Amino acid sequence: MNCLSSELAGVKLRNPILMASGTFGFATPVAKLYPLDKLGGVVTKGLTATPRSGNKGTRLCETPSGLMNSIGLENPGIPRFLSSELDEMTRLDTNIIINLGGSSIQEYEKGAAMIEEACKQRKSDGKRSADLLELNISCPNVKEGGMLFGLTAGQAREVVRVVRQTTSLPLLVKLSPNAQDLVRIAEMCETEGADGVSLVNTFQAMAIDIHARKSVFRHGYAGLSGPAIKPIALRMVHQVTKAVTIPVVGMGGISSASDILEFIMAGAAAVQIGTYNFMNIMAGASLADELQTLMKQEGISSLQEVRGIV
Amino acid sequence: MATVLSNERLTASVFRLAIEGSFHGEPGQFYMLRSWDKSPLLSRPISIHDLTSTAITFLIRLHGEGTRLLSRLTSGDQVTLYGPYGNGFPKPGGNVALVGGGMGIAPLLFSAKRFPFSKVFLGFSGEPFAVASYQALHGDVVFQSGGTILDAIDLNSFDKIYACGPLPMMAELRRRTAETAAQLYVSIEKRMACGIGICNGCTINVGTGNHKACTVGPVFPAEEVDFDELLEL
Repeated sequence: MNCLSSELAGVKLRNPILMASGTFGFATPVAKLYPLDKLGGVVTKGLTATPRSGNKGTRLCETPSGLMNSIGLENPGIPRFLSSELDEMTRLDTNIIINLGGSSIQEYEKGAAMIEEACKQRKSDGKRSADLLELNISCPNVKEGGMLFGLTAGQAREVVRVVRQTTSLPLLVKLSPNAQDLVRIAEMCETEGADGVSLVNTFQAMAIDIHARKSVFRHGYAGLSGPAIKPIALRMVHQVTKAVTIPVVGMGGISSASDILEFIMAGAAAVQIGTYNFMNIMAGASLADELQTLMKQEGISSLQEVRGIV
Repeated sequence: MATVLSNERLTASVFRLAIEGSFHGEPGQFYMLRSWDKSPLLSRPISIHDLTSTAITFLIRLHGEGTRLLSRLTSGDQVTLYGPYGNGFPKPGGNVALVGGGMGIAPLLFSAKRFPFSKVFLGFSGEPFAVASYQALHGDVVFQSGGTILDAIDLNSFDKIYACGPLPMMAELRRRTAETAAQLYVSIEKRMACGIGICNGCTINVGTGNHKACTVGPVFPAEEVDFDELLEL
């Protein structure tokens, strides 16, 4: 048996390496660079019921070991995605996770319903469909954005409940590290029937243009990702895995096989690679092999053996 | 990985980096370059300055940490580059003017090489650089330092104008060509993380909606570009 094989909310993964939302587009541009059967799965760019043009102004700013972004959920809308991009994605030999965003309960419900209907239709047509749904209640870059729902357990409960009732796909909820009480929100997700949680999204951050004497980003704040956040993300994943029984997908600044093992040892069932894709566009081509080599060196025969060991 | 052939300092802040290999590309396309491992985080999108069967050249201005590291490379050092990316200047027809301002002259050497019947206009706010390489290639090079190079161009005598330079220069060129028959194409620079259309960092709003500067651009028909919005950044 492949020592990397994993399972997430009932879905078999070739390996625990998933590509994070917003850092892999709809996967097809990368499929031209390397075969995606090297990956456990890919998460789509965050999708909303209607198209969004995203934020104006500067969208990216590098920091030492980090990247701030303020994309603002630019996406073609779920109907366009379902009629074109999804079809292309299902030709790829890897698991597909649809990331659902929104800015109101109604919008989340509408989006989830459209995805549900299309996936059911595809199945009845004998076509491959999405494997999981990742509910994003943690985007920091949209006014009245998803993160509003991810900050307190009360608000999160409502949106998780509605989407849980609407979708038959295995449901992951992507959590914000900016939440007042991350552990409590994770526990609530479990209570409401989520099949797993993924964390962390970006940390709310800021940069100031001292010449212009204003924020670099029009929205004022942006989301920080990259190796700079890894130690904090790891601590949060560790705390959450100790508190819930549903699987936890860990992410935040992973940029090596060794980082992946840290998250697995902290208790993660799988991991997502985000900003590292921008540091090395070929990252996904070799990470699984590097992880396997590292496990061999460390005398680890399966991920299960060390998962949550710390 | 590719090997640096030479790295030549042209002014205090501009250098010309030549990398060995048989690369390909069209005028106006770019490569993503890095000569470091993890810091800085992103590769740097740099347009093709010149291309031969044995080398690719980039004209680069020192701006931050990434370009500082690139500026320190010497012959034999290793560079990672991916590309060519984006859509460059369209195939020309009729009389073509290539208009560069400051660092914006970078993609125009390879353009002048590929479009030998074009006329080249290079404007500099300070010390001119790299002009000799344009003159060596092309009889028709006008350059000036200070003022605006746009005053040196008879805009009515061209069918197509390809421009790269500071946004205010391109916006002014757009204004001046609005009433002429010339079709103006501009190369737009935006911060980008990936170069292949997955990060959505370099989106610009053009008349036909949102487009990614990396995959649809960096060259756009000027009439589609909202210069006011870009200048507000």
